[in-house]
Amino acid sequence: MADTMQFDLVSPERRLASVQAREVRIPGADGDLTAMPGHAPLITTLRPGILRIIKADGASEDYAVTGGFAEISAAGTSLLAEEALPVAELTQDVVKGFVARAEEQLRAAKDAGHHDLVDDAAKLLADLVAMGDHIGGGKG
Amino acid sequence: MPSLKDLKNRIASVKSTRKITKAMQMVAAAKLRRAQEAAEAARPYAERMTAVVSGLAASVGGSDSAPRLLSGTGSDKTHLLVVMTAERGLCGGFNSTIVRLARAKAQELIAQGKTVKIMTVGKKGREQLKRDYANLFVAHVDLSEVKRIGYENAQSIARDLLRRYDAGEFDVATIFFNRFQSVISQVPTAQQIIPAKFEDGAADAASSLYDYEPSEEGILADLLPRGVATQVFTALLENGASEQGARMSAMDNATRNAGDMIDKLTIIYNRSRQAAITKELIEIISGAEAL
Repeated sequence: MADTMQFDLVSPERRLASVQAREVRIPGADGDLTAMPGHAPLITTLRPGILRIIKADGASEDYAVTGGFAEISAAGTSLLAEEALPVAELTQDVVKGFVARAEEQLRAAKDAGHHDLVDDAAKLLADLVAMGDHIGGGKG
Repeated sequence: MPSLKDLKNRIASVKSTRKITKAMQMVAAAKLRRAQEAAEAARPYAERMTAVVSGLAASVGGSDSAPRLLSGTGSDKTHLLVVMTAERGLCGGFNSTIVRLARAKAQELIAQGKTVKIMTVGKKGREQLKRDYANLFVAHVDLSEVKRIGYENAQSIARDLLRRYDAGEFDVATIFFNRFQSVISQVPTAQQIIPAKFEDGAADAASSLYDYEPSEEGILADLLPRGVATQVFTALLENGASEQGARMSAMDNATRNAGDMIDKLTIIYNRSRQAAITKELIEIISGAEAL
């Protein structure tokens, strides 16, 4: 079994990372999961959270993602994120921006009276707040 | 016969026009490169997205539980045409070709007794379609303030489309844009985005081997709206590159035409100057002979 696999992180606007990785920790919608070489083929949606890539030399790289999906296959793993940025660039203000937008969506969903949407938006908001807390805690 | 002074003025004015078109051509060339890079950078995402969604669609598509975005509303009475054009003119046939294609489609649908609604993205298309179809307009997206097309622009268009779809405002949505092939060739394209339609063979056979989390239907329901946004985004980027390409070649033509015109005017100018000199000489000589 190979030690590393190809990992691609792409956003709609550009390719953010394309590296050989030993393992990738993905914030899946149903819970976090770690993809390693030889993982069973899997497609999962993402919740907002932190993506950690362990590269071939053992160094790790963290990205914050707000949603999207990941595709794990024999050929490698690709993660299609709606928005992704390195954790170093993720400041309190950016998180606040995300949270404000999620709150906006929640309000819009409530106004529309669509229950599924309200639930989704509420979950999105909670996940984003959790992500912000997590980063704040890690640094502070 | 224009006087020498008139000719001189004309030449000066054509010269400054040539300077302007030359500058526009160079600006378009620089912008084109950036637009092409943006389109290039967006390609991996769009490709993966299409591959996964079409794979999923192939396996879920047949069942009754398929999302409405995939299966459609069950009728195709109301069509929404999303016409994407530029915000500016002076780019050759760029806007007209899109509008022509959209108009042909609209006429065809109306002839079939369908209801047509039009949504325009970009000012130029709106102006051209206003003459015939002003009463069919339902929305307009203004991108004139947007310097660089971002995914958010596509997302907001897609969100608007989905909201209208959910509200039952239309059954089928088609986008019209120019697909960029090269600087001299842009292909006007109509692409149906709602309900989602995939070319056969796009789905790889291996897709059925995947595990899905949460579930196939759940993922599909989550991905289809994203797929719409991605398609809109791709179209916007292609259109952006096409616009700059079209403008570049149009301005190249204009620059060359201005050059030809300057040459022609210069010849006329020199001829008339020569004629004037000859005339003066003849007058002097015949005056001297008469003495």
